[in-house]
Amino acid sequence: MNVETSVRVEDKLFYNRYLVDVGRPHIKVRAHTKPSPQLLALLKVCPARCYELNDKGQVEVTVDGCIECGTCRVIGEPTGDIEWSYPRGGYGVLFKFG
Amino acid sequence: MIEEKFDAIVVGAGMSGNAAALAMAKRGMKVLQLERGEYAGSKNVQGAILYADMLEKLIPDFRDDAPLERHLVEQRFWMMDDRSHVGVHYRSEDFNEERPNRYTIIRAQFDKWFSSKVREAGATVLCETTVTELAQDAHGKVIGVRTDRRDGEIHADVVVLAEGVNGLLGTRGRLRERPEPDKVALAVKEMHFLPRETIEAHFNLKGDEGVVIEAAGTISRGMTGMGFIYANKECISVGIGCLVADFQRTGETPYGLLDRFKRHPSVAPLIEGSEVKEYSAHLIPEGGYKAIPQLYGEGWVVVGDAAQLNNAIHREGSNLAMTSGRIAAEAIVQVKSRRHPMTAANLSLYKKMLDDSFVMRDLKKHKDMPMLMHTNSKNFFLTYPQLVSRAMQNYVRVDGTPKAEKEKVTLKSFVNARSWTGLVGDAFRLARAWR
Repeated sequence: MNVETSVRVEDKLFYNRYLVDVGRPHIKVRAHTKPSPQLLALLKVCPARCYELNDKGQVEVTVDGCIECGTCRVIGEPTGDIEWSYPRGGYGVLFKFG
Repeated sequence: MIEEKFDAIVVGAGMSGNAAALAMAKRGMKVLQLERGEYAGSKNVQGAILYADMLEKLIPDFRDDAPLERHLVEQRFWMMDDRSHVGVHYRSEDFNEERPNRYTIIRAQFDKWFSSKVREAGATVLCETTVTELAQDAHGKVIGVRTDRRDGEIHADVVVLAEGVNGLLGTRGRLRERPEPDKVALAVKEMHFLPRETIEAHFNLKGDEGVVIEAAGTISRGMTGMGFIYANKECISVGIGCLVADFQRTGETPYGLLDRFKRHPSVAPLIEGSEVKEYSAHLIPEGGYKAIPQLYGEGWVVVGDAAQLNNAIHREGSNLAMTSGRIAAEAIVQVKSRRHPMTAANLSLYKKMLDDSFVMRDLKKHKDMPMLMHTNSKNFFLTYPQLVSRAMQNYVRVDGTPKAEKEKVTLKSFVNARSWTGLVGDAFRLARAWR
C-alpha cells in the first residue's frame, strides 16, 4: 500500500465517449505570467488532468478529456483565474452509465 | 425565438428536473424541459441508489419497466486503515420483499427511462440544448431562458432550476452564490464489469439481491471523504469522494485516491478480474442545511442538488432531489390553479411545503454535522480508524497476553492519541451534532 504507482489518467479517459466541440473550449484560463495558488491546485485536483504547466511555467487547459465535474470552477472562478461554461448542447462527455 | 409561451420551463433532466416536469405535465401544465446532454441521463453521474418510496409517489408502478439493477438486502459500513477494515454489516431477509425499498441503478439508463415517462405525461423535452442564462425583465423577474440554439429565448410563467450541483444559471442570474470548496465534495467513480455469477459470488448474493459498501478511514488520507462500492447486475460501481477544499489543501489527486482504494486488500478481491468501462467524476453538495440558498423568487424556484439538498450524513441525495422537484411542481400547480401570478410571495409555498417534508427536517436535524466532520477530519478519518483497527486486532489476536493487559494497551492507545479531554469532547460534539 505504501508504493505509489503512477496512475495513467489518459487510460481512464480512453474508456469514455466524447464529442469534442473543436475550436470552442468551454473552459478558458486567464492569461498570466505566474500562476496563482488556485491555478496550481488545478494541476492535481482535476480528475481528468486537463490542466498542465507549459514550458514557461504557466497553467494551460485542454478540455478534450473534461468530465464536466465543475471542480475547477469552484476553485478557480472566484479568483477570476478561469472562465467556465457548459459545453454547447450535445457536445462534451457522453456517459453510457453515469 | 420559440414564439410559444410555456406554463413552466424546467432546466435539467436529472432526478429533480424529471420529477418536477413529470408532476407538472401530469396536472395538465404546458411544460418545456431543456437538457444539454444527447439524451436525458447522458450527463448525469451518481453512485447510484434509488429510493423506491419517493419514486412511487410519482410513478406508482415503476417496477414494471424501470431499468433497475439490484434490490438492496445488505448494507456494509467499513472503517478502514491501510491493511484492515472494521465493519458493521446489516443484512435482512425482510429486504427480499414484494416492493423492495432501495435499488442500485445506472443513472444514464434510469434517467433515459424516467424521461420517457415525462414525455408520455405530455411535456416537451428538448435535449442537446444548453441554457446559457435566465431571461429577466427590468425588475429582475425571471421570464424565461436563453439557450445556445439560434434565437434561443423562450418564455414561461415560471422557471424550475434543476441544473445540478454546478448550476451556472443561478449564479449568473445572481440568485445564489457558486458552491464554495468546503461545501462540495469531488467524487470519482469507475464502472467495473464482471459476469453476474462472479459478482454474486464475490458479494454473497443470489438472484437480483444487492449490497452497498460504504467506507471511511485512512483511504481518504485525513481528508473528509468516503469510498463506496455498489453491486449492480453485471458491474460494480467503485468510487471515492472528498471535500474539494481538502483536495486543494493537501494536493492529493482524486485518481490517486481511487487507485489506492481499489488496491486495498479488502477491496481488491471484490473487483478482481473486472473490465473497466467508464471513468466519471461529479460534485456532491456537502454543506447541509446551512448551505441551502434562497429556494424561490420572482418567477423561479430551485430544486435538487442545485439547492444543495443532499443529506451527506445518510448519503441520500436522489430522493431529496426527486421530492423537492415534486413538491415544487405541486406548489406551482396550486399557484396556477388559483390563477395567481408566479411571484416570490406566491412561490414561497414551495419552501413551506418543503419545510414540512422529510427533506428539510432531516437536513435541519444534522445541520451541525458537516462543520464537525470538516473541521475534525484528521481525527474522524485518520486517527480513530487506526485506533479502532489496532484495538480490534488486539482483541482477536490470541498470543498469551492476559486480557486485562490487552485492554489496558487499547485504552492507553486511545488516551495517548486523543487525551481524555479529546475523547470526551469528540463524543460530546458528535452526540450534540447528531441529536
